[in-house]
Amino acid sequence: MIEATGLSKRYGATVAVDNLSFTVPPGQVTGFLGPNGAGKSTTMRLILGLDAPTSGAVTVNGRPYTSYQRPLFEVGALLEAKTFHGGRSAYNHLLCLALSNGISRARVGTELDLVGLGAAARKRAGGFSLGMSQRLGIAAALLGDPPVLMLDEPVNGLDPEGVIWIRTLLKALAAEGRTVFLSSHLMSEMSLTADRLIIIGRGRLIAQTTMADFLNAGSGSFVRVRSPQAAPLAAMLTARGATVTRQDGDTLSTTGTTSEDIGEIARLNGFTLAELSVHQATLEDRYLELTRDAADYRAAEGTLAPASK
Amino acid sequence: MTGTATQPAQGRPLAHFANVTRSELRKIRSVRSTYGALLAAVTFNIVTAALLGIFLPRALSTHQRAVIDSTRVSLGGMHLSQIAIGLLGVLVITSEYTTGMIRATLAAVPQRRVVLAAKTLVLAVVAVATAAAASFAAYLIFQAFLPAGDAMATSLADPGVLRAVTGASLYLAVLGLLGLGLGAIIRSSAGAVAALFGALFVPSILISLLPQSWQNTVGPYLPMNAGETVYTVNHQAHTLQPWTGLGVFCLYAAAALVTGFVLINHRDA
Repeated sequence: MIEATGLSKRYGATVAVDNLSFTVPPGQVTGFLGPNGAGKSTTMRLILGLDAPTSGAVTVNGRPYTSYQRPLFEVGALLEAKTFHGGRSAYNHLLCLALSNGISRARVGTELDLVGLGAAARKRAGGFSLGMSQRLGIAAALLGDPPVLMLDEPVNGLDPEGVIWIRTLLKALAAEGRTVFLSSHLMSEMSLTADRLIIIGRGRLIAQTTMADFLNAGSGSFVRVRSPQAAPLAAMLTARGATVTRQDGDTLSTTGTTSEDIGEIARLNGFTLAELSVHQATLEDRYLELTRDAADYRAAEGTLAPASK
Repeated sequence: MTGTATQPAQGRPLAHFANVTRSELRKIRSVRSTYGALLAAVTFNIVTAALLGIFLPRALSTHQRAVIDSTRVSLGGMHLSQIAIGLLGVLVITSEYTTGMIRATLAAVPQRRVVLAAKTLVLAVVAVATAAAASFAAYLIFQAFLPAGDAMATSLADPGVLRAVTGASLYLAVLGLLGLGLGAIIRSSAGAVAALFGALFVPSILISLLPQSWQNTVGPYLPMNAGETVYTVNHQAHTLQPWTGLGVFCLYAAAALVTGFVLINHRDA
């Protein structure tokens, strides 16, 4: 459980995080979405007490992170930037962290094997590939077997094998009942893993919702119906509370109803259906719809630059 | 999850400090630069002492050998070994900032002053042990290379000799702590190394440009001038008494460390 209340962080004239309040509930995967520079990494640094907030507060399992003497038992964190000394072996890096929290040596070996670094444990971490570095970071996050995991862009720059490994691991950890708080700007990755979403832009909260509600709320999800009896069908659907938009000729676009209802109405009234299709907005559509104004570095419309990163 | 992780226990300050100290000890033991610095410190002292022990008796006249501070001469390698120990002190903290390790360290131990205190303790013990070995080895090797009955021969039982050799060890260790303090303040390896050796060497050079009366009143309190009294047997005019000198040198290190302790809680990592 992570709770932020009115969290703000200012670096000189730049407002990185602006009056942010959110809750990461226990036992779920919460995605933390926002464009590059939206304040995701800063927020995570504030949660860990690495940076001090300009105002506001954030607690982890009910207490400020900095009040824990052995915080590795509370939160395991993988930060985006490198957090190890390249001259130290993977084993010694983890052992340094483990000793500070009174975690056993045996546990270090267990975690190295779990993340697949058993064979490279005695090698200098400075020679690790990005994928191996991420594995080392995950092993560090899991040292204290914490109920809360926080990961900043864990799949950024990984090859497909690494991406699948992280995705599988996170799902397994969430299935064990852990709270997972995961930042990303990769929509496809997020839609595969997250149950809930916290979306920020320019340091401000844009949305805090479940994945299902978020996808259904926008204008992108609708049921399309094509029927020679479009006019009477539209009237019936409207009477039942659906919102119907008549497109060209016999095609209807409806929201506020389901394809099952429309099919049943058609059967009962003897209407012919030439097409009945559900259009589900993707996370990417909804995200772009919401963050259009919040993205700092979006290319001007009409240019040839890609619209999303 | 597999493996065993014991449950957290809060509010045991000593156990907490012990854990963090174990972690810091493992940190200093698990990077090559530590061994490089310590080996350099010992080697500089020993090799310099051996060379001086071999060549000095031939180069100096009998009179010169009778009046020279042979204990201090035998510790001549310190001019080089202090650079190694100072570098070690700086790197103990700045390597964390330059590599990004500091974020992992402070995420594991959010009590930053406990981290800095543990670093101070570990560095002090490692530096004192190494510096003592280096200083006593230098003294004994110099004496061993002197021809029998040479005027420069002394024993640790002679007045001031044991104090000077012990003092040399302490001077080196405190210099390492001064480096740690400056590293905690400046957080960049290059910046802290420059500040450390700037603070040691530059004031002594600058003051020689000032009037003699200034040199006599201010000079003794400059970091290096104060520190070197403790490994000097023959007391010089316009210098502090040995332990007073070391005390003044300790104050410089303490000032840097205290500033580091104050700043570390007030800055973003």
